[in-house]
Amino acid sequence: MATVSVCQYHRGGFSFENCKRNALLEADINKLGLSSPAARKTGTTICGLVYKDGVVLGADTRATEGMVVADKNCSKIHYISPNVYCCGAGTAADTEMTTQIISSNLELHSLSTGRPPRVATANRMLKQMLFRYQGYIGAALVLGGVDCNGPHLYSIYPHGSTDKLPYVTMGSGSLAAMAVFEDRYRPNMEEEEAKRLVRDAIAAGIFNDLGSGSNIDLCVITKGKVDYLRPHDMANKKGVRTGNYRYKHGTTGVLTKTVTPLNLEVVEESVQTMDTS
Amino acid sequence: MNTRGLRSQLKDSVPVTGLCPQAGPYGVQDSLRRGFSSVKNELLPSHPLELSEKNFQLNQDKMNFNTLRNIQGLHAPLKLQMEYRAARQIQRLPFLPSSNLALDTLRGSDDTIGFEDILNDPIQSEMMGDPHIMTEYKLGIL
Repeated sequence: MATVSVCQYHRGGFSFENCKRNALLEADINKLGLSSPAARKTGTTICGLVYKDGVVLGADTRATEGMVVADKNCSKIHYISPNVYCCGAGTAADTEMTTQIISSNLELHSLSTGRPPRVATANRMLKQMLFRYQGYIGAALVLGGVDCNGPHLYSIYPHGSTDKLPYVTMGSGSLAAMAVFEDRYRPNMEEEEAKRLVRDAIAAGIFNDLGSGSNIDLCVITKGKVDYLRPHDMANKKGVRTGNYRYKHGTTGVLTKTVTPLNLEVVEESVQTMDTS
Repeated sequence: MNTRGLRSQLKDSVPVTGLCPQAGPYGVQDSLRRGFSSVKNELLPSHPLELSEKNFQLNQDKMNFNTLRNIQGLHAPLKLQMEYRAARQIQRLPFLPSSNLALDTLRGSDDTIGFEDILNDPIQSEMMGDPHIMTEYKLGIL
């Protein structure tokens, strides 16, 4: 009976009821000198480029939670539609849910129009949703795909601005990856050269940024075909142990051996039935 | 259905907290039904997005109708608003879930999925609204 909302039928969506309480708790915790747990981010290197026949998207595979690696092999290239894929940087949950929602919406939309979906549609849906939430949904995305108008690549920032470019990078390792792109990008490259360039850009992010690491995933999208290469390159394989501290059998010589059988008698046997209903 | 005249019409607009005090029918603060009030609670929303989210659907509709009026003339939004009003009246009792099928079809939200379908789905909430309070609010008696 505490609010007006009790009188109207309860609507779905985000609920801001606990915000004030959370702010108070946060202030109290900070006064004690501790810190509240951080959301899992994908401090990341993601990038994409347009080549002769289509689009190549690349991503690393490390998810961090503060200063600890939460997931050594997470998948950052999300499916939006058969011809459109999206890499996500920022808060991991936000990118997951946003791409799933947009993927569903795009599918419904394409069923309603009767045509295969376009990258520009996905871009507009994403941008309108992210702007609606004013940047509180921390999802920085690289959206790429091939539709009836050719290959397209967009970068989408958490506040809702988008850029349509031939090559883009996002995430904490974006500067390292962009340096590689700026040096070696040419328009209308061949597929192998494009894959190698994206792999090198992500590797630059992995080796020079703490928030990115592990393997390199690639996604090559062309007119009729999608190659989801996961992992394309295991740049950081965990080493194999060279030595072993266990001694081999027979290292220690046996002097004497005595065997004493222990005669145990069954004193009591009780059966307890489990209630498995 | 609307038995108390103007007051029951006013409640359709979503109030912005802080601009109007939580006055009951006698003009004083209605602690029993609205809870305790504090100036700070009413002036500042608990989250910057709270107000814009509460009014989002209304603002979208207003914007769309304005655009429609500018492009196609007055009759188009007028006719659509009439249809919305008619569709909005097809409801179950206020405390029961209504499908809002006609309204959804008109709005075009029957083939979109948003956060309101995934988070806090009212069909899956554990508590039901108090039937008396909600009916009284709807009739404007509250």
